[in-house]
Amino acid sequence: MTGRGLRVVEFQTVEYVSGPLLFLEGVHGVHYDETVEVVTPDGELRRGQVLEVDRGRAVIEVFAGTRGLDVASTRVRLGGDAARLGVGLGMLGRMFDGSGNAIDGGPPTLPESFWEVGGLAMNPAAREHPSEFIQTGVSAIDGLNTLVRGQKLPIFSGFGLPAAKLSAQIAANAQVAGAEEQSFVVVFAALGITHREASFFRRFIEDSGSLGRTVMFLNLADDPTIERLLTPRVALTAAEFLAFEKGHHVLVILTDMTNYCEALREVSTAREEIPGRRGYPGYMYTDLASLYERAGRIREHGGSITQLIILSMPDDDITHPIPDLTGYITEGQIVLSRELHRKGVEPPIDVLPSLSRLMNAGIGGDKTRSDHREVADQLYAFYAEGRDLRRLVAIVGEAALSETDRRALAFADDFEDRFIDQGNANRSIEETLDLAWDLLEPIADSELKRIHPETIAAYRGRKPATSPNS
Amino acid sequence: MTEIGKLVRVAGPVVVATGLERARLYNLVRVGRRQLIGEVIRLEGDEVVIQVYEETSGLQTGSVVEDTEAPLQVELGPGLLGQVFDGVQRPLPPLAVKDGKAFGEPFIRRGMKIAALPRDRTWQFVPVVAVGDVVGAGTVLGTVRETATFEHRVLVPPGVTGSVTKIEAGEATIDEPVVWVGDEPVAMMQRWPVRERRPAVRRLDPDAPLITGQRVVDTLFPVALGGAITIPGGFGTGKTVQEQSLAKWAAADVIVYIGCGERGNELTEVLKEFPELTDPRTGGPLMDRTILIANTSNMPVAAREASIYTGMTIAEYYRDQGYAALLLADSTSRWAEALREVSGRLEEMPGEEGFPAYLPSRLAEFYERAGSVQCLGGDREGSVTVVGAVSPPGADFSEPVTQYSMRLAGVFWALDTDLARRRHFPAIHWTRSFTLYDLGAWFDNHVAVDWEEQRRWALELLQQEEQLQSVVQLMGADVLAPTEQLVFLAGRMLREDFLQQSAFDDVDAFCPLDKQYQMLRIIRLAYETARRVVEAGTDPERLASLSVLADIARMRDWPPDEVGKRATALEARIIDEVEAV
Ligand SMILES: Nc1ncnc2c1ncn2[C@@H]1O[C@H](COP(=O)(O)OP(=O)(O)O)[C@@H](O)[C@H]1O
Ligand SMILES: [Mg+2]
Repeated sequence: MTGRGLRVVEFQTVEYVSGPLLFLEGVHGVHYDETVEVVTPDGELRRGQVLEVDRGRAVIEVFAGTRGLDVASTRVRLGGDAARLGVGLGMLGRMFDGSGNAIDGGPPTLPESFWEVGGLAMNPAAREHPSEFIQTGVSAIDGLNTLVRGQKLPIFSGFGLPAAKLSAQIAANAQVAGAEEQSFVVVFAALGITHREASFFRRFIEDSGSLGRTVMFLNLADDPTIERLLTPRVALTAAEFLAFEKGHHVLVILTDMTNYCEALREVSTAREEIPGRRGYPGYMYTDLASLYERAGRIREHGGSITQLIILSMPDDDITHPIPDLTGYITEGQIVLSRELHRKGVEPPIDVLPSLSRLMNAGIGGDKTRSDHREVADQLYAFYAEGRDLRRLVAIVGEAALSETDRRALAFADDFEDRFIDQGNANRSIEETLDLAWDLLEPIADSELKRIHPETIAAYRGRKPATSPNS
Repeated sequence: MTEIGKLVRVAGPVVVATGLERARLYNLVRVGRRQLIGEVIRLEGDEVVIQVYEETSGLQTGSVVEDTEAPLQVELGPGLLGQVFDGVQRPLPPLAVKDGKAFGEPFIRRGMKIAALPRDRTWQFVPVVAVGDVVGAGTVLGTVRETATFEHRVLVPPGVTGSVTKIEAGEATIDEPVVWVGDEPVAMMQRWPVRERRPAVRRLDPDAPLITGQRVVDTLFPVALGGAITIPGGFGTGKTVQEQSLAKWAAADVIVYIGCGERGNELTEVLKEFPELTDPRTGGPLMDRTILIANTSNMPVAAREASIYTGMTIAEYYRDQGYAALLLADSTSRWAEALREVSGRLEEMPGEEGFPAYLPSRLAEFYERAGSVQCLGGDREGSVTVVGAVSPPGADFSEPVTQYSMRLAGVFWALDTDLARRRHFPAIHWTRSFTLYDLGAWFDNHVAVDWEEQRRWALELLQQEEQLQSVVQLMGADVLAPTEQLVFLAGRMLREDFLQQSAFDDVDAFCPLDKQYQMLRIIRLAYETARRVVEAGTDPERLASLSVLADIARMRDWPPDEVGKRATALEARIIDEVEAV
């Protein structure tokens, strides 16, 4: 990352330092939001950004942290330019730190140009509505919560749940039928995750042979916390360049957004702002939207940005502000369940709270299959009923159940065992839907209320050709 | 000469200037070198506090700030229909044009300026007044075909009265005078400050429903024309689909859809879909009766606040022409959060959940702009029906925006997370929702005499089912009497076969009133017939597997023109099958 200011002015007027913030006085002509260079007493350079200007005073957030800064000799250089990233095709296959500096010891990346990392809002009238079906190979997603190219879809995970594995699996298997460019360029942004998690992902990408189509930005658990606020912006800027300038289909993986939100809270606390719910700033919705809305497609432009966002729900609580505000912005969510994970279901996706808002745009006769919508609705209806009955049985016992109730219970078990649980298998959409029909086989036509009789007549009796579990 | 001041502070969307001594509250100002649009929101000694409607990144202290000496206004005239604007009425499609390419500039850059209504387009003005006529505010001077089927009425702007001295019929642009009242030239376009409600002769009592074609709405919780609805619901419960369905199917003349702090793709979807859909009322494209205001979640937060007023003023303008306008705001919570964010930057004393203390009064001002009115200047009635989605944090309805909105709106459609998860859509909860409008008489007179009675039966049965459900949860189904078991059977039919209605089903997305009536009648008939045989000693379990139940579930597929015939046939089958048990 760099700033390209021409007239650099240097100040040695630090008033005080507090948390990640540095307060500078006696300055003039400061640009709001500009990027600055902080020179520590030891001569080290650190990046910062102006958060507020009030007459001669500027509040600066220092990405690498304020440790070692002092009032007397710390200097700040202002150049009047926004934070920028040097972008170019040379980024592919490379690894950068959370601010966009190469850390893999490779040659310089030779930027084609320098883009502002803050990004601009896409004009809604210039967006193309995302509608191309992405086959991820996962039935719970492809069949019931279909992903499309240009969508932003988070995985709501919890401590110890296999979100990383699921996202890596998706990155490796994702393909768009009939498209010229089948697979994705992956931009991976690590936000405060451990070395172990980061190298797991890297290995996965290496093993799938697509390292050359991957760009990695790493801010790991022991890297400066505040830099995390920059990392997704840097990564999305790289993605925008690859997608809208170079026409690639880009899959951005942001993990773990919970760490990002903690950093946001830290800065807000240091600024003594009025805290919102659970101490997170009131503008967190807007801030998250400024990242998530950078997904999408543009009319008459080739590429696309699809976002897979991983976040850990603190205490597995979906009403916590981080998943809550995310769910309000993203185009659905995939929710992992601790209970299914305990049962050994893999991936442990709970389809009831999961949703893909763009599913309708990406399915149907010309995209997946004409029975897709109805079959998905029917699976949902039976599974929801079975889940209810499980709760009831836990209270009043199984004896009181009618014949229909027992069948609904059995369906729920069967559905989890055979449809959701698929281990490492990579299923085609045909296999997924045929498997669904196989699950519906024991149920009478008259009870398939969500499926039109003509659809039943056309698809009844299908079975997946290959064994769906590996 | 306009006054020029100096920028001294920038903190997010809020900036402070000094040296603007004549600035008035809510004046529009131009900030910085790029002349960003801002609005004065507070005066404090020599400091003028401004909310800026564009991205403030890069603003520099010491830059100029210019007072335009007028408040934020919208342009009103032909050319609004079918358009998409941002929160301060900049048309979005032209902003994307660059180097002759329609989408050459897909990102919104700072300081882009463009008039709301095109100045080069001409319209055929057909006068309806004659020289010598005495006219006043609101009098229709003439008409313009705004779309193939929509007659735009050119009104005398508020404040102008006198006799017509000159008329120029025929082709004109919106800012050329077409009629002179006294020596005052009147053009097709007028301006109006967005924060001020447009005047009318008087408010009318709501007595007719806004028909939506949605069963749970029209039958259970209908809204009056000129009424106000609030739709709270957690994420994914169906607020947006509900608003879009209303935009598609509601019996209104003009739709103003405000995407306030929500997803860009949702507006793109409307922009893509609506031009291709046919408005059943006019036969023209649905987009022709629609105006979109788009201020998505990543667009500047202050403009989110303004977008609600921009949309409302446009809706009132069509109301004043004598039309039924429907204003949809998705979501008012994002608007309230914009107030909160700006208030926080001003370091105002926070109220509940950090919202400013004036939140309830701002919400009241918004919902109170709904209404049916007798229009100024003639014998016309018009209305603005207002629908506000609310996004409560954690889907918890006890939060301030939901609570205040509930008190202000006449209809409360409570969207339920649990229903949405099981894909019961619309997820409008039948016991937590309510309507305060008494529209039973209208339905009894216009659809069927026992409409209201049938509605009450349905509501009571659903209530009873809920009570029995809690009994079963505690003690199991064994304790139920046979007739009580039937309540479950009927409750299930009501929920699954009547209340559920997919917005994406070609036939079922819109359900005419007579079909709604017949579907409910059949379910009630099935229940009552079953009840008779159960009271005579039949085991209710045996009724649960009747094949006729599948036909009841498929009533939603009935083509609207076959409803009567199908209902009669099904009625006979139900009686036969049930009695045969
Ligand atoms: N009336 C409906 N019919 C069918 N599906 C619906 C309906 N309402 C909502 N849905 C489903 O729920 C999803 C979320 O709805 P949406 O309106 O976007 O929720 P919200 O705005 O409350 O977050 C939609 O993408 C759609 O799949
Ligand atoms: Mg919504």
